[in-house]
Amino acid sequence: MTAFLQSTFNGLVSGAFYALLALGLAVIFGMLRVVNFAHGAFYMLGAFGAYVLLAEAGVPFWLALVVVPLALALLGMALERAFIHRLTRLDPLYNFLLTFGLTLILQDLVKLRYGVQSSPYEAPAGLRGSVDLGLFDFPTYRVFILGFAVAVCVGVWWALARTRVGMVARAATERPELTRALGINVGRWITPVFGFGTALAGLAGVLAAPMRAVNPLMGADLIIVVFAVVVIGGLGSIFGSVAAGFGIGMAQAWAEAYLSAFPIVAQTIVFIVMAAVLFWRPAGLFGRAEAPA
Amino acid sequence: MLRIENLSAWYGEAQVLRDADLHVDPGEVVTLVGRNGAGKSTLLRCVMGLHPGWRGTIKLGGTALGNLSADRRARLGLGWVPDDRGSYATLTVTENLTLPPTVGPDPWSLERVYEAFPALHQRRKSAATTLSGGEQQMLALARVLRMGARMLLCDEPTEGLAPLLVQQVGDLLREAKRHGVTVLLVEQNLRFATSVADRHYLLAEGRVTAAMENSEVRSRERELLSYLGI
Repeated sequence: MTAFLQSTFNGLVSGAFYALLALGLAVIFGMLRVVNFAHGAFYMLGAFGAYVLLAEAGVPFWLALVVVPLALALLGMALERAFIHRLTRLDPLYNFLLTFGLTLILQDLVKLRYGVQSSPYEAPAGLRGSVDLGLFDFPTYRVFILGFAVAVCVGVWWALARTRVGMVARAATERPELTRALGINVGRWITPVFGFGTALAGLAGVLAAPMRAVNPLMGADLIIVVFAVVVIGGLGSIFGSVAAGFGIGMAQAWAEAYLSAFPIVAQTIVFIVMAAVLFWRPAGLFGRAEAPA
Repeated sequence: MLRIENLSAWYGEAQVLRDADLHVDPGEVVTLVGRNGAGKSTLLRCVMGLHPGWRGTIKLGGTALGNLSADRRARLGLGWVPDDRGSYATLTVTENLTLPPTVGPDPWSLERVYEAFPALHQRRKSAATTLSGGEQQMLALARVLRMGARMLLCDEPTEGLAPLLVQQVGDLLREAKRHGVTVLLVEQNLRFATSVADRHYLLAEGRVTAAMENSEVRSRERELLSYLGI
C-alpha cells in the first residue's frame, strides 16, 4: 500500500508538469488554433532563466518564480506579434513548422552559451529535505510542486469560468467568428493569450529547475509526451488537458512500479493510451467535435 | 438606416451576389426572400463584415462600412442573429446574454429579458445549447436587444419552429420595431414575413429582382410560393 501511494505521489508530481504544460498548450490552441511546438523550448528557457538568474545575479528561486514567467510572457508576445500571427490565416502546418524552427533556434542558442551538460540548481532552503506524510517520507520540494501546480490549475480554471476575460476567451475559443459579430475584438486577446501560455511553460520550467536536469534539450523529450496528453484530454479542452496530465503522470508511475520487468511499457504507455483514446473518442476524452465558426 | 449599392460577392470563383441594391429606412422591418442559394445569407454576412470577397457600398446610418471588422460594425449598432442561432455550449444562458457589449442608447436590461422570457430565466445557469430550438432562438434575439443594437440582421429566425414559437418571434420583432429598432430579415415563411415586415425584396441569382409591399406579396402569394419552391 505504501509503495502504491508513493508511486502515485510521484506520478502526480510528474503529472503536475504535464498538466501545467498541457494547460498552456490548450489555452493557446483554443484561442489561436496554433499547435505551439515551441512550448518545450519555452519550458527549457524557464528552467535556464532560473539557473542563469541565480548563477549570474544571485536572484533567488522565489523571485525567479515571478520574474521568469513574466519575461517569457514578453518573449512569447513578441514572437507572436513578429511571426506567428502572420501565419494564422494560412494552413496550420505553417505555424507548426515555424514553432518547430523556433524550438531548434532557441535550443541551439542555449547550447552555444551553456553547452549540453546539465547545470545544477538547488531547491530553495525552505523546501529541502522531506516531510512525513504518515506512511512515508516525501521530498518537501515535490510536495510543494504538487500543491503549487494544483493551485495554478485551479486559478486558471477559476479565471476562465468566473471572470469576464475568461468568458470572452471561452466564447472566442468556441466560435471566433460569431464572437466578433457580437462586438468583441477577438484579435486584441490573441497576443496576451499566447503570452499567458508561454508564461505557464516558463513557470513549469522554473519549477523543474531544482528537480530535473537543466539542459538545452530538457523540453524536447517532455513536449512529445505533453502533446500526447493534450490529444488524450481533447485538443483545446482546458479541463481535459489538466486531467489527462495528472492521469498520464500516474499511469507512467504505476507502470514503472508494477511493470518494471517491461520498462518499455512505462516509456510508451502515454502513446498506448493516446491510441486507445483516439480509437474510442477521436476528439479526446473531454474534447468536442469542431463546432461551426 | 441601411443602404446597399452595387453589392457583388464571391465564394472563390463563384459569384453569388450581382450588383444588389436595397435600402432599409429607420424603424422599418424589411425581409429578403428568395430560393435557397439566391444569396440571402451572403448578403447578411457582407453587411456584418463576415464575408471576405465582396465589392460595392454598404452604409449604416450614412457611415460607409468599408473594411470595418465585424466587431466594429457590431459596436456601431448591428445585431447579429445567425441562422444556427449562435448559442455557445461553453457559456451559460446568462453569459450568452451578457457576452456582447452594450452598443445602443436603449439596451434591454437582463431583468427585462428574463421577465419577457421566464423560460430563459429558469435555465439561466444551464449551457445555452441545452435549450430547445425555440428557446435558443429567443436567446439569440434577446441577446441583440440586450446589446441595444439599432439594426438587427436576422437569418431565418423562424426556421424549424412550431407555430406558437413563430408567433412569439413575431411578437418580439414587432415589439423591437415599436422601440425604433430596424430589422433586415431573411425569411422563407411568407405568411410570417407579411405579418412582421413593412416591405420585401425578392432576391434571385444574386440580384434584387423585385421590391414589394405587403399587399403585393399577399396578392402574389401563390405565384411566389411556387417560385420559391415551397
